[in-house]
Amino acid sequence: MDDIDRRIVNGLQGAFPIAERPFAIVADRLALSEADLIARVRKLCAEGWLSRFGPMFDADRLGGATTLAALAVPAEDFERVTALVNAHPEVAHNYAREHTLNMWFVVAAERPERIEEVLAAIEAETGLAVHAMPKQQEFFVAARFEA
Amino acid sequence: MTPLLDLRDRALLTALEDGLPLVSRPYRMVGDQLGISEGEVITRLQRLIACGVIRRFGAVVRHRALGYTANAMVVWDIADERVDAAARTAMAFPFVTLCYRRPRREGWRYNLFCMIHGRQRATVLAQVDALRAALGIDVSDHAVLFSTRAFKQRGARYGASMTLEPA
Repeated sequence: MDDIDRRIVNGLQGAFPIAERPFAIVADRLALSEADLIARVRKLCAEGWLSRFGPMFDADRLGGATTLAALAVPAEDFERVTALVNAHPEVAHNYAREHTLNMWFVVAAERPERIEEVLAAIEAETGLAVHAMPKQQEFFVAARFEA
Repeated sequence: MTPLLDLRDRALLTALEDGLPLVSRPYRMVGDQLGISEGEVITRLQRLIACGVIRRFGAVVRHRALGYTANAMVVWDIADERVDAAARTAMAFPFVTLCYRRPRREGWRYNLFCMIHGRQRATVLAQVDALRAALGIDVSDHAVLFSTRAFKQRGARYGASMTLEPA
């Protein structure tokens, strides 16, 4: 990744133009050619710096729902439980964290009822209590990362 | 508010779930797949952004690849009537990337969650201290849960699942 790539990553984390030639607009700002910008974005995706390029959706406004949920998993059972949880396509993120509640995952589904079904299934499969912690209020969403 | 999405909106969102085509006229290419005009794709996307169905449009970075490996969920036990004010205080710190109020649970008394994504654990811990001082919270009323492994980290999926921000 060179300095131009860094400027692309830092400058393109939101507000991509919705216009006939959006890359040309951004390329102009960065003093690049349109073709060079497109080639660089392709390369940044191919090399794994970007997971994708496009829209991020708000599940709630799509009529869907998300929740954060936590499990206290016995250390010796961690691999088994991880496999069971991750096998659900509705599980979007899953992190091990340093706490008694040591597995934290996000469930996202198109229908709110589906969340309950998935959490119930995870309880049944793992034999562990699922602590659902749906957001009650969102104060700030601005995750941005400097390359 | 749930804006009404018609079938074309849904088809458009599905067509974009793996990302925008990386070509000179991406909206025309998407429109060609769906049998709608470039102009209509543009108008629909502008509306979906304006009403918040699309919350951000652009590069989705793999933050771990960029060196953001010190990922802390910082949780606070805050008197219910003070949560709004505390969240406003937390939001003033640029290193706080996400902030949510969530319910207390049995064995879990923390009701405000802030995410801090950093490159160094020591830096993140110093940021947590600064935040704690600003919030006027006792050390015993917060916890810092660094992630030790990420098992699954998927981008937006508009079919089975969609999630959006690093949680």
